[in-house]
Amino acid sequence: MTKEAKISEYANPEVLVTTDWLAENLTNVVVVESNEDILLYDTGHIPGAIKLDWHTDLNDKVRRDYLNGEGFAKLMSAKGISRNDTIVIYGDKSNWWAAYAFWVFKLFGHENVRLLDGGRLKWVAEQRELTKEVLSRPATEYPVVERHDAKIRAFRDDIAKHMPNPLIDIRSPQEYTGERLHMPDYPNEGAARGGHIPSARNVPWGKLVQEDSTFKPRHELEQLLFNETGFSPSDPFITYCRIGERSSLTWFALKYLLGVKDVKNYDGSWTEWGNLVGVPIAVGEEPGVFA
Amino acid sequence: MNPEQQIAEEFQLTPDSQKLELLLEYSESLPEPPTRFGENPHLMERVEECQAPVFIAVEGDAKKVDIYFSAPKEAPTTRGFASILNAALNGRTADEILGLSDDFPTELGLEKLISPLRVRGMRGMLFRIKRKTRELVSG
Repeated sequence: MTKEAKISEYANPEVLVTTDWLAENLTNVVVVESNEDILLYDTGHIPGAIKLDWHTDLNDKVRRDYLNGEGFAKLMSAKGISRNDTIVIYGDKSNWWAAYAFWVFKLFGHENVRLLDGGRLKWVAEQRELTKEVLSRPATEYPVVERHDAKIRAFRDDIAKHMPNPLIDIRSPQEYTGERLHMPDYPNEGAARGGHIPSARNVPWGKLVQEDSTFKPRHELEQLLFNETGFSPSDPFITYCRIGERSSLTWFALKYLLGVKDVKNYDGSWTEWGNLVGVPIAVGEEPGVFA
Repeated sequence: MNPEQQIAEEFQLTPDSQKLELLLEYSESLPEPPTRFGENPHLMERVEECQAPVFIAVEGDAKKVDIYFSAPKEAPTTRGFASILNAALNGRTADEILGLSDDFPTELGLEKLISPLRVRGMRGMLFRIKRKTRELVSG
């Protein structure tokens, strides 16, 4: 199957572009790089790409929350992005952080956002052009658009209301079971308890991508996320991980590649749930029952 | 001033806007481990706390401890952290290494720019170096 044929089978094929397509359309889109490794962009990036960091750019400095409408408008204007620009996001780690940035753009309803299938790894593996030159785009007047959390973002209190609908924990099996990879002198985990939200099924995010970092074909994703979990595509889904970054990738796959209508990402994730007073957790391999 | 104080001061005196550039310079100057490690990967130990694969080896004796690092080019931040620890600790005595404050990574003032989670990876590396140094000294 060609990569174009693979993409055409997804529910919303327009949200994913190939490296070939991007190479031909570099001047027609705004390319955004968002990485786990904050220095990677500076070692070389796709010509014209803008750097966007989740920690310093997308988060509010005071609240544990994303920017508000004003903050986002200011950020976009400073980066030279217009409301009607087509944005192509790519990044390292098979696009975790790229998918996270994609999700934040969608919180503000930016319409035309796409991911580069395979992300940074594929672009580099194909020995395509990289540059250290940082182009500064002329500032724009991005409008102030209020953030709309309701449709794609879940908060802690939404979890109980969501039951008994599908919950997907995309962390590693060891994080899911609560078994700690305990080493002497291991630093603090950031959560008071290990385990998962009861009833959640474990589908580690890495299973969704192939060796070259591109998404698996539609039927394989359906096998992993529906057949093996027993969840139905017509149900509403919530995804979570540690802080909501890896689960953005699964959120993206469910919503755009498989066409699930109602998918929310719970960005509070385990660093919130594992510390919350008065909520149940489950330990071990069994999903458990939310009660 | 000892090496770790010099490095901490270097970072503290660098404005936030240029700190990442400085870290990148460190990243680029991390020496490659001797080839014998490439042929015997089990001689190096993976630091699991780091989000990117980083391997360290600690050799020598109490009077002079040699530390070797290996981290991929695709993980420049991790390489930068390794390179800072290399500059601060390599070739020093076991006592000096064990005496380095566990808060050294925090003293560089990078958390605002890099997120505490990432800086934690550097603490993981430091803990591992100390543990392996203790093992080395106790024979």
